Amino acid sequence: MSFRILGTGSALPQCVKTNDDLAQILDTSDQWIRTRTGICRRHVMTTETVTDLAAEASRKALEQAGIVPEELGWILCPTVGGDYITPGLSATLQAALGAHCPAMDINAACSGFLFALDAAEGIFARKKARYVLIAAAEGLSRIMDWEDRSTCVLFGDGAGAVVLGEGESLLSLHLETKGCPEPLHGCFPGGNSPWLSVKPENHFVHMDGQEVYKFAVSTICSGIETILQETGVSPEEIRHVILHQANLRIIDAARKKLPIPGDRYRLCIQETGNLSAASIPVLLDFCRRDQLLKPGDLMILCGFGAGFTSGTALVRWEP
Amino acid sequence: MTDLERLEKIICEYKELEPGTLTPETTFQELELDSLDLVDMTMACEDEFGVSIELDDNLKTIADLLDLIRKD
Ligand SMILES: CC(C)(COP(=O)(O)OP(=O)(O)OC[C@H]1O[C@@H](n2cnc3c(N)ncnc32)[C@H](O)[C@@H]1OP(=O)(O)O)[C@@H](O)C(=O)NCCC(=O)NCCS
Repeated sequence: MSFRILGTGSALPQCVKTNDDLAQILDTSDQWIRTRTGICRRHVMTTETVTDLAAEASRKALEQAGIVPEELGWILCPTVGGDYITPGLSATLQAALGAHCPAMDINAACSGFLFALDAAEGIFARKKARYVLIAAAEGLSRIMDWEDRSTCVLFGDGAGAVVLGEGESLLSLHLETKGCPEPLHGCFPGGNSPWLSVKPENHFVHMDGQEVYKFAVSTICSGIETILQETGVSPEEIRHVILHQANLRIIDAARKKLPIPGDRYRLCIQETGNLSAASIPVLLDFCRRDQLLKPGDLMILCGFGAGFTSGTALVRWEP
Repeated sequence: MTDLERLEKIICEYKELEPGTLTPETTFQELELDSLDLVDMTMACEDEFGVSIELDDNLKTIADLLDLIRKD
């Protein structure tokens, strides 16, 4: 017993910033950002909260699934952080939706959605819920250094959600963590403890872009190759490849190396930038909205990010 | 095949160039390869030569890349 995806939803903040907008406040250009990342614009929070975005995405997914919040048995929120350090996004989202079930956050950085799918599979296997909501939401603009052009141009804010019910759609799932914080991390904000003798780094995201790039390309390729080998599914049978949208160049490099036909790779990075844990469910929702997903279609979902973490899943679309 | 030939093969395949169009002095700038292309290329070299390559700012020509491969 695994699960079936019954509904999807997404939400992006109102405010859109183009590359040219960023060039007004940073020493950068549309040309540089487009050619190095594929990103054209991203949505950033102004008055919205992360909870608002998660709730909007969740309501759309619930509506499509034909489920009301009271029927949810679990809420899982993949995120690097909601509106508070504590309580988690899952708790504030539960309140916003008016649900009553247990709810918890999962922080596996940009791979969080895959880790949540694994947790959901366990919940269904133990028959702990009839319906599980996974709502991934990020407000990364709050933890970027808007004076560091090598990181802030890459990310955006947004939320993606799926409602899962009992079913057999998850055909294979692999997760990996290789603890190695140096190349990509954000620090806890410093408090005012009189005893803390190590001064914390500022709380912005720090990144060694090329190190992360190499990790990303190699982990996508090994994750997908493992799944193809293990399941015996042929590359041509994969209808959709939904990779974490971090950089178009990462996607293109993986696309060149993998045997799956190039036209199967779905994209939203141009419009959203990197949404961390939210990017996979947001892209999945865009694909559904654009009627690209046909019943029975096989798709690969693959996320990678800080940790390092990564996760790859083979899922059948049977809403 | 010599190391240089193996390296040229990688670059030609990456850029979809006819073999024999490159010399050790060819620069990556002439080939219009940016820093992320270089990362892709070093990854291909790491696989081909079984080495681990640290990119540095002095990497300009094919001969420089060959030096990095041999340094490991
Ligand atoms: C961030 C990334 C696009 C940078 O590309 P890169 O080729 O490694 O770029 P470099 O850092 O070597 O910088 C190349 C030059 O561009 C400059 N540059 C960096 N950011 C820039 C920007 N936004 N605009 C203009 N120039 C920029 C650098 O200062 C450098 O200039 P220099 O050569 O004069 O010193 C790329 O490394 C990347 O995407 N990595 C993966 C990151 C990622 O996906 N993280 C999240 C994973 S979940």
